[in-house]
Amino acid sequence: MRFGVVVFPGTSGEADCYHVLKEVMGSEVDYIWHQSIKFEKEYDCIILPGGFSHGDYLRAGSIAHFAPIMEQVKKFAQNGGLVLGIGNGFQILTEAGLLPGAFLRNKDLKFICKEVYVRVENNETPFTNNYEQGQVINIPIAHGEGSYFCDEETLEELRANNQIVLRYSSSTGEIKENYNPNGSIDNIASIINKEGNVLGMMPHPERCAEKILGNDLGKYFFTSIVKWLDGGANHGK
Amino acid sequence: MYKALVYVTLKPSILDPQGNAVQVGLNSLGFDNVKDVRIGKYLEVTLEAEDKASALAQTEEMCKKLLANPVIENYRFDLMEV
Repeated sequence: MRFGVVVFPGTSGEADCYHVLKEVMGSEVDYIWHQSIKFEKEYDCIILPGGFSHGDYLRAGSIAHFAPIMEQVKKFAQNGGLVLGIGNGFQILTEAGLLPGAFLRNKDLKFICKEVYVRVENNETPFTNNYEQGQVINIPIAHGEGSYFCDEETLEELRANNQIVLRYSSSTGEIKENYNPNGSIDNIASIINKEGNVLGMMPHPERCAEKILGNDLGKYFFTSIVKWLDGGANHGK
Repeated sequence: MYKALVYVTLKPSILDPQGNAVQVGLNSLGFDNVKDVRIGKYLEVTLEAEDKASALAQTEEMCKKLLANPVIENYRFDLMEV
């Protein structure tokens, strides 16, 4: 099983993703430079990690989304390959049109770096099948432009197709505006595309995937992917 | 050569916390009459083009493809020969 971690200038979360995949999951993993015009190897899952690609100039993810490698990522996704965008990776996926919506600056204008609670709204995805439906997990967020926005019509569609995967909540799973750290519409922290193979999430599971860090609840996103791929599903090849 | 002056603004339906913060600042400076502030982006794009029509079409495409995100933003631009 081989993972590819895409690196743009300004990406900062790639080493954490690489470490978790290699050392915690025991998988094969490569960095893929954004200027690459093709994948050198066959991949089972592509990860767009967090950070500040191209300095987040103009809008977060706006310049990264047409990097040469993104053509390959789009093709890979269209063929059913698993794509996971974390933080800035989520922003890039919306800018690239692989996920609906867009990001705005946090409602209180501050960069937020802390652990928050999110509730698993859909555990029937390749990325969340090792969680319980409705499970509440604490997980770090770190972003300045994390307020997810989409129009009413898109929101209805996301709800109808069960595409909302994580929502900001209380420790007991209550969904209210006070538990919404950044002003995201409907407390959305993560969505998946209609086809179910491209997921974006603002929280950082790679930063809480080992007991030594005091929290390993993020690990199950990665074990979910491995379990799903082991099940012989379409690998996007 | 042409120069496009591009204005990118948040759609009216989008909350602008930056604008709100500036409005509060202006109010506390004594400008009680300030009722709303919206912050946008201003870009100056200098380009070579065959003629004005071509420069116009290209600027339009730039706005659509990169300079504005149609989910949250509107754009308009003025074009001049330089």
